[in-house]
Amino acid sequence: MDYSQFLALKQEIGLLIVFLLVFLTDTFADKKSAKAVPYIACIFMLAQTAYGFFLSHAPATEAFAGMYATSPVLVAIKNILNVGTLIVLIQSLKWTNSEFVAVRRGEFYELTLLTLLGMYLMISSRHFLMFIIGLETASLPLCALVAFDKHRYESHEAAIKYVLTAVFSSAILLMGLSFVYGLAGTLYYDGIAIGLMGQMGVMLAVALAFVIAGFGFKISLVPFHLWTADVYQGAPTSVTSYLSVISKGSAAFAFLVVLTQVFGAFYADAWEWMLYALIVLTITVGNLFAIRQTNMKRFLAFSSISQAGYIMLAIVGDNAMGISALMFYTLVYIFSNLAAFGVIGAIENATGKVDMTDYNGLYKTNPRLSFTMMLAMFSLAGIPPFAGFFSKFFVFTSTLNGTDSAALYVLVLIALINTIISLYYYLLVVKAMFINDSEQPIATFRSACSERLGMWVCVAGIIGLGIVSYFYDYLLTVVG
Amino acid sequence: MDITLIWYLVPALVMFCCGVYGFLTRRNMIAMLISLELMLNAVDINFVVFNRYLFPHSMEGWMFTLFGIAIAAAETALAIAIIINLFRVSKNIDVRDATKMKN
Repeated sequence: MDYSQFLALKQEIGLLIVFLLVFLTDTFADKKSAKAVPYIACIFMLAQTAYGFFLSHAPATEAFAGMYATSPVLVAIKNILNVGTLIVLIQSLKWTNSEFVAVRRGEFYELTLLTLLGMYLMISSRHFLMFIIGLETASLPLCALVAFDKHRYESHEAAIKYVLTAVFSSAILLMGLSFVYGLAGTLYYDGIAIGLMGQMGVMLAVALAFVIAGFGFKISLVPFHLWTADVYQGAPTSVTSYLSVISKGSAAFAFLVVLTQVFGAFYADAWEWMLYALIVLTITVGNLFAIRQTNMKRFLAFSSISQAGYIMLAIVGDNAMGISALMFYTLVYIFSNLAAFGVIGAIENATGKVDMTDYNGLYKTNPRLSFTMMLAMFSLAGIPPFAGFFSKFFVFTSTLNGTDSAALYVLVLIALINTIISLYYYLLVVKAMFINDSEQPIATFRSACSERLGMWVCVAGIIGLGIVSYFYDYLLTVVG
Repeated sequence: MDITLIWYLVPALVMFCCGVYGFLTRRNMIAMLISLELMLNAVDINFVVFNRYLFPHSMEGWMFTLFGIAIAAAETALAIAIIINLFRVSKNIDVRDATKMKN
């Protein structure tokens, strides 16, 4: 065996080194120097992110007989995930130093880095064995992370719901894959695409439905979304922010790769209408349920469900523009959602309040936090000139690019109407902060240095991605 | 009498459906976990049988099954750990009672 092919896994090896360094420091450092573990994790993650950008012109290669592939597009996707993870790690510094968590703060960083490694493998795999290993490496540590707040009952309840649905969805996905294997005789993506040629039948339709359902659970598409709200509410806020952006984004990328490379030939026959139905349901139901939420984390859970629908819309526009729109959308979504979660986390760390009514009159006491939250909400709702407007714009354009199918126009119209509905509930938060009066508003407090740094980065991202066209152009050249 | 492919596929499918049914109807978390195991094992049978009968010249299905068993074991261990934690906090592992977060 040629061991030099391991060198093709450059980013994976880099991340593994980061993980090992954090793990070894956490295990062998004495109590006093263990305080440095979070900073070590952040600094090395920063180095890993920089290393990823350094690799962005590396040529496309394969390893392990084609089970693993990397290309400039995949490197760019991993870079996006790196940036998001780095922000999450920075934002959770304060939380990991708090009283209950400090004893095992290292575990948070180790588990998070491991899930990221799983997501790398999931995106880069070109064989379903590799894919499943990556998927499980990504989702099992996440279950443990959701249960991280040992002293809180909600955390356990969320964890049990998450682990049961995760295993259930994996089992359904695996069942679909076993049928695919029976039909095609191989588990390589390209081999399956060739082996399935001209075999459109009931069994393949069932297998496809199983595979899409399995992915639907991971990305929390309606009607597979029932776990989302409870898990997001119960999990620690840092973990929720990680779940909502990184985990969802990576699953969406993997879904795109599987759908286009493996089942691309059956698009019109089998899954076109399944996907349309999923998108309409996801965007609409997510929006309608978000309106009546009062808990901020639950509210963002439903908002993230409806955002997942827009992400899927980019997959429908299966062209170079669609892929770059998907990447841009995810990047913008990372910045906007992490800004919102940063504010929620800062307020929760300082006062323990997560209800929307608690936010009444926040502008008078904490103007900067309110302003950050307002930017995040504007970006999520898609108000120009913030990044969210352009990401939605590119998704819609890529869906309609070079098509005259009436169904697609109706789809985009429904998505547009939903954008207007979503404005209502995003602005409810802004209204609570700026207009509503409160007898006892949240007292003025100064958030921790790390939290402010994370929020500054997010705000810079929201404004920068909206005004500077370089980023989208860059993604377009990478894909094209 | 020849034992053909279908003799294995039907029991595997029945096992899978029993698992889904059990997962949706049982309210004890351990019983739900057992149902999940049924589903995962049905998948393993499927892979082995497809490999043995249809593609005996390669080993992909068997390798996948080995990994599948390992992954199922890891999932069970994690789920049991979380269930034990939940039991410590609430002295109850009935999913009907794990509904504190609702509105």
